[in-house]
Amino acid sequence: MIHFRVDSSSGVPSYRQIVDQVQQALRLGLLRAGDQLPTVKEVVAQVAINPNTVLKAYRELEHAGLAEGRPGVGTFVTRSLAGDSLAAHHKLRVELGRWLGKARSAGLDEASIEALFDSTLHASAAEGVA
Amino acid sequence: MADRLGKRFGRRWALRGCSLTVPAGAVVGVVGANGAGKSTFLHLTVGLLDPSEGELRVLGGRPGGEHLGRVAFVAQDAPVYGSFSVGDHLRLGSRTNPTWDGHLAERRLAHLGLDLRQRADRLSGGQRSQLALTLAIAKRPELLVLDEPVASLDPLARRAFLGDVMELAAEARPTVVLSSHLLSDVERACDHLIVMVQGQVAADGPVDALLARHKVLTGPRRDVRSLPAHLSVVQERHTERQTTMLVRADGPILDPSWIVAEVGLEEMVLAYMATGGGREKPLHVAAVAP
Repeated sequence: MIHFRVDSSSGVPSYRQIVDQVQQALRLGLLRAGDQLPTVKEVVAQVAINPNTVLKAYRELEHAGLAEGRPGVGTFVTRSLAGDSLAAHHKLRVELGRWLGKARSAGLDEASIEALFDSTLHASAAEGVA
Repeated sequence: MADRLGKRFGRRWALRGCSLTVPAGAVVGVVGANGAGKSTFLHLTVGLLDPSEGELRVLGGRPGGEHLGRVAFVAQDAPVYGSFSVGDHLRLGSRTNPTWDGHLAERRLAHLGLDLRQRADRLSGGQRSQLALTLAIAKRPELLVLDEPVASLDPLARRAFLGDVMELAAEARPTVVLSSHLLSDVERACDHLIVMVQGQVAADGPVDALLARHKVLTGPRRDVRSLPAHLSVVQERHTERQTTMLVRADGPILDPSWIVAEVGLEEMVLAYMATGGGREKPLHVAAVAP
């Protein structure tokens, strides 16, 4: 089961935050096909947001083909986003950890690391397209 | 539903010319400065005050009278009977309310860890609010009205309280009307908004629709009187060369000299509160009367 967080000062709409958190959990393999998402009642009691916000998020997940509502039962994950790459996550994470260590000892702070990662990611994505 | 609703105390109008409709099942936030008429509006809604002019219909009838059983009200600071115990409050509730759900009340209080023998005046602010909310919920109301319900609570108790109200909203789908100065709470919890300014309704409607309709325009300095008729200025600021304004747009903004930005709920409400005036024309809100 996933626990949602909703930060009202982030500028990101609450329903979007829920959709993003589900997608991230799907990418990381923390949620899998068949898993049940918390009921609307459970979510609103926990994070104190309007029930329609949760309904909107779940509708969007259904629309994206990631979840399915079963009347009277709840909302279930239908598809993972991790795919076959999940097995490779562990090794990549270890390598990334090593790389982060190098970046820090070279004197980069968190913001610089993020900026470097983002720009490299975008550059390599652009190459891939071209 | 309110139509040209007004309330006068002596010679002062606390509320004047208020017309609005709230759909059944909505969670409505009532916001505005102190003295803007929020409490007066809520008291009229539950029938604790009678209108001086205009008409008000709640749950299909006039407030008060036979409607009292379907409406629950938690007043500011959650008043309880000091010398009564928590258990006495439940017994009083069960005797005076035909739709009373005693199991629900006891379950809730047990879950909150409130002792039934505890005297109400020995409770903390948070516990008192939770007791008042429990009494309101156990009544199984179709309309729940909360006047500044979380003002005296610490952040943790506030979150728990709002979570409980949202749980009720998800479960029994009553109409909930709550007033608050805490705009971030209103943004989280409410899907419908009423902005009150100096005893008048400055803006009202579904939150999404209100936010979609309001924009911040930034551009070269100009006179706001030169704007097209479908833009009403809520707030304007000028520097030597630049004009920034928050507008209500009842149509598309086509002028390319403006940079158009979306607004958040807090920014929009603050802009209305800063005006101190009423709105020029009524907003038309598609809604179903409860």
